[in-house]
Amino acid sequence: MSILEVQNLSKKFGGLTANQDVSMTVEKNSITAVIGPNGAGKTTFFNMITGVYQPTSGIILLENEKLNGLKPHVVCQRGISRTFQNIRLFNEMTVLENVMVGMHTHLKAGLFGILFNLPTTRKEELATEIKAYQLLEYVGLDSFLNEKACNLSYGAQRRLEIARAIAASPKILLLDEPAAGMNPKETKELTQLIKKMRDEFNLTVLLIEHDMKLVMEISEQIFVLDHGEKIAEGKPEDIRNNPKVIEAYLGSGAVHAG
Amino acid sequence: MFNEVLHTIPQVLIDGLTLGAVYAVIAIGYTMVYGILELINFAHGEIFMSGAFIGTAILLVLTGIGWVSSLPAIVMLIAVLLITAVLTGFLGMGIERVAYRPLRNAPRLIPLITAIGISFLLQDIVRFIAELKKGNYIVTGPSLFTHQLSIKASSVSSIFNDATIKTSFVIVLVTAVIMMIGLDLFVNRTKWGMAMRAVAQDRETASLMTINVNKVISITFFIGSALGGATGVLFAVQYGTIDPYIGFILGLKAFTAAVLGGIGNIRGAMFGGLLLGLLEMFASANLTLLSHGIFGAEYKDVFAFIILILVLLFKPEGLFGKPVTEKV
Repeated sequence: MSILEVQNLSKKFGGLTANQDVSMTVEKNSITAVIGPNGAGKTTFFNMITGVYQPTSGIILLENEKLNGLKPHVVCQRGISRTFQNIRLFNEMTVLENVMVGMHTHLKAGLFGILFNLPTTRKEELATEIKAYQLLEYVGLDSFLNEKACNLSYGAQRRLEIARAIAASPKILLLDEPAAGMNPKETKELTQLIKKMRDEFNLTVLLIEHDMKLVMEISEQIFVLDHGEKIAEGKPEDIRNNPKVIEAYLGSGAVHAG
Repeated sequence: MFNEVLHTIPQVLIDGLTLGAVYAVIAIGYTMVYGILELINFAHGEIFMSGAFIGTAILLVLTGIGWVSSLPAIVMLIAVLLITAVLTGFLGMGIERVAYRPLRNAPRLIPLITAIGISFLLQDIVRFIAELKKGNYIVTGPSLFTHQLSIKASSVSSIFNDATIKTSFVIVLVTAVIMMIGLDLFVNRTKWGMAMRAVAQDRETASLMTINVNKVISITFFIGSALGGATGVLFAVQYGTIDPYIGFILGLKAFTAAVLGGIGNIRGAMFGGLLLGLLEMFASANLTLLSHGIFGAEYKDVFAFIILILVLLFKPEGLFGKPVTEKV
């Protein structure tokens, strides 16, 4: 069953075409990778799905409902959250607060409740904090809960971004180069974390990644973009041997030599 | 001479804290908007002034129908404060919607000029209405609190003089402190407060975390303006006579207070306001004495702004601000 469907999506920035007629179907509960050389339009594609950019043409369907024209916060409420290529945490807030921001829509406490410290508000606050703490435990950051986000190590910041994205209880999690800058050990842990989250939170994961080892190991379906167009799709083993993909990555000479 | 300065301390403390509390609450309005939009909302001083006029107008109408004498003054004040706060809150929200939101992505200078324009507009609208209704733009409201208290500071230590306070001083101070505590709780404890801090740090990421950025900005303007308007009422109650131009100099001083505390930092603005109030009252009480009569009390504003210049020279990020390092 498909959860996300993209049909003929294009994005033009003036004369520059960042995405051209990209179509893809993402299966529910799958791990799907979007790969391609630098500048292939992968992040632009993510930005259109999350509502940061409006597509020039084409449609995006989440569980058969159109997402075009919605503001980013509404898209996120519908169930798509993401992490960023360049880490974008709220640096001056604590680790716990960062996760709680992710839960924003799920909190109900109003000004009235806060001012008079109503029991329901207190209960909700506590429940939120507990849930946030559990998520931190899940990604292994529970010992840093009151630390400012900017003081965390690089790998920990990546994991915090994931925890914050999960906090919104998404249906689809978009990971933009989650393993960038990680050492092999951290990448391995991340691979396991992504698989575990997919199973336990019933998620669909869509990721952009350059680390081919991770991509081949984790994904069930791969889409390849080059110069804004989709040039291939299929299972990891098909992609590995696809001449078009090899050409995009290594140049046409590599195909003939191989 | 030192002893003479000490004599004035109790009175300076009382006057300074009261004036400082007024500065602090207005400074919060500047700092909140700056923190979230990096916009210096020069119209904020005029929101304060509008609050003073709305509050006075309500009081005059209520006096006209005889409610002021029949109800306890404090009940009246709370009612007027609440009504004014809501009205000025919506005023601020409306200004943001009409004048700033369409310019959100314009270069920073442009909304700044718009803010100055809005500020003139409000001055003239208020002046027009005041002259239409009262025949004069300088308006005197009914006085609610006339009782005087005397604090026998001399009984604590002979180096202090006694201080006198009007009851309204106490009320201004208490109300301002309640507003500041309320705001602090709001920003640090509630989900919208947290959303506000998130938007201030990174608007785009916040919007990708289910936060409705426009709503957060509207709430920020509402709260900042409601506090500013309520302070306007307090000011009117405290000083009696108001005119449409009180917002300018007071707004400027509150802005100074916000910069002093580190603009964008709410607790910094509160501290900056109180500090500026104290300094100004200290100057007003002692300048003549300290300069052997060369400078009179009327130089207190100069004194306040010299402090601002000194802070900017030596600690440009303000007392509570953090230096921003350029990222490479």
